[in-house]
Amino acid sequence: MDMSFFKSRKLWVLGLALIILVGLATLPLYGSLYMTILMTAILMYIILTVSWVIFSGPSGYLSLASAAFFGVGIYTSAILLPNTGAVFPVIVVVLIAGAISFVLAVLVGALTLRLKGIYFAIFTFGLVVLVKEVLIFFEISVTGTRGRFIMLVDTHTIFYIMLGIFVVLMLTAYFIRRSKFGLALRSIGENEEAAAHSGVNVTMVKVITFGISAVFMGAAGAVIAMRWTYIDPYIAFNPLFSFLPVLMAIFGGLGQFYGPLIGAAIFAYLEETLLTKFPYYYMLIFGCVLVGTMLFMPMGLTGLIQKGWRRLIGGQHADA
Amino acid sequence: MRMLEGEKVTKYFGGLAAVSQVDFYVEQGEIFGLIGPNGAGKTTLFNLISGAFTPKSGVIKFKGKRISGLKPYKICRMGMARTFQEVKIFGNVPAVQNVALGALFGTPKSVSTAEATKEAEELLDFVGFAVPKNIPAGGLTLVNQKRVEIARALATKADMLLLDEVMAGLTPTETAEAMELVKRIRDRGVTVFLIEHVMRAIMGVCDRIMVLHHGEKIADGTPQEISTSKKVIEVYLGE
Repeated sequence: MDMSFFKSRKLWVLGLALIILVGLATLPLYGSLYMTILMTAILMYIILTVSWVIFSGPSGYLSLASAAFFGVGIYTSAILLPNTGAVFPVIVVVLIAGAISFVLAVLVGALTLRLKGIYFAIFTFGLVVLVKEVLIFFEISVTGTRGRFIMLVDTHTIFYIMLGIFVVLMLTAYFIRRSKFGLALRSIGENEEAAAHSGVNVTMVKVITFGISAVFMGAAGAVIAMRWTYIDPYIAFNPLFSFLPVLMAIFGGLGQFYGPLIGAAIFAYLEETLLTKFPYYYMLIFGCVLVGTMLFMPMGLTGLIQKGWRRLIGGQHADA
Repeated sequence: MRMLEGEKVTKYFGGLAAVSQVDFYVEQGEIFGLIGPNGAGKTTLFNLISGAFTPKSGVIKFKGKRISGLKPYKICRMGMARTFQEVKIFGNVPAVQNVALGALFGTPKSVSTAEATKEAEELLDFVGFAVPKNIPAGGLTLVNQKRVEIARALATKADMLLLDEVMAGLTPTETAEAMELVKRIRDRGVTVFLIEHVMRAIMGVCDRIMVLHHGEKIADGTPQEISTSKKVIEVYLGE
């Protein structure tokens, strides 16, 4: 009885995921161009959030380096896809961006992942500032330019690449969570010393996961750069992209696999709607929503959903 | 055969010698006890052996191979596991997975998740863990958390176990059970090196005992020799 409940639930989730995926994949057929562009932005936020959660969720290491990896992806795109003509095909550029972000994350991770708590958070944030300032210096004193223009890429192509990254990311996140690698990562978050003394190569697990999460941030940056068409270091390395993934993940709830996903989707949609409907009060309303979330939904949206669900079914599966 | 050997092991914290010029050895298959007043350097010595610290000078050998300076996970995979004075478990992870982690990562060979889970369940039974195994470990009683910790250490297929005050905070009945468990662990072929404050327990289970005081070894020998040693009585009871 119990097993069949889980089995049917699994099927249910899989079916729902497929329906959403098909709905997204066919969006350009029935939706407006605006819908496609909006969905691209939402997918970008989801990718940033979920890839942040892959590492920081289980390990407990609060990374604020997201903007750095995202920005590196953006600049990779800007350099390899200038408006004067592409050096490589679009998809190759996205892969290169992911690879560069991975290498950067592994190097930085190997250096800094021995830092704990607030020190790690500050250092990773420092990375964002560092890369940005180096680029500004480079543009001022070496190339003598300010910013770069990026080749025009078809809106649908951008959307589909973003969707592709999203699908690969969700599969990766799922398998990491379910694998023994995921268990090792969780054990590090729970008690790193005990994990190390139980045979977990904690440094390697942390560095590799940090690298994997950076791949998707870099790839997402490379794609969104094609949408933005003009970028400079201030746009590409906007610190907001370090904080938003954290906020979105907490907004959605870190307890469940789908929490950050829902959080990022609603958050991004909310931001977009508020920005267009109330351009002057958008930040004010947005702030109120965030404060309300923290105060009344400490477990995020998913916490609220589970509470409601339990009440609905009369608390039968209170610990499910 | 000597399972573990230390030669002039020394560790400083600032100017203070936490462990100073300590020589020791543990024979294969024995239960070796380490006692001493608070601050004597017992846990520091465990941290040096298990790789949490690197000795300033001196050599530690495990199964004849030098291990001082190796990372904890490497030492663990060589067959040495430990528990902690303050229980260190993965609180939000089910008890059985706490133990399975040891089986999955603590050995050089790769183990499937199903095998590791099965092994974890058997080991939890072995250590006398009698509550549902999928409860998150953080919600367990102290004695059961300690059982989980010991089972996790055993799951790494350890040949040697370092037990840091497993009996602290237990009721008399639980202490008796723990003493029994230590003997059963030895009977599985695992050499045991334990720190303990409960004198009755340590005198009852150990084959040999070493006494540390202010980081220095002041005595070693059989429980009989230790309990009649003048120096030891002085340290514990005052002159």
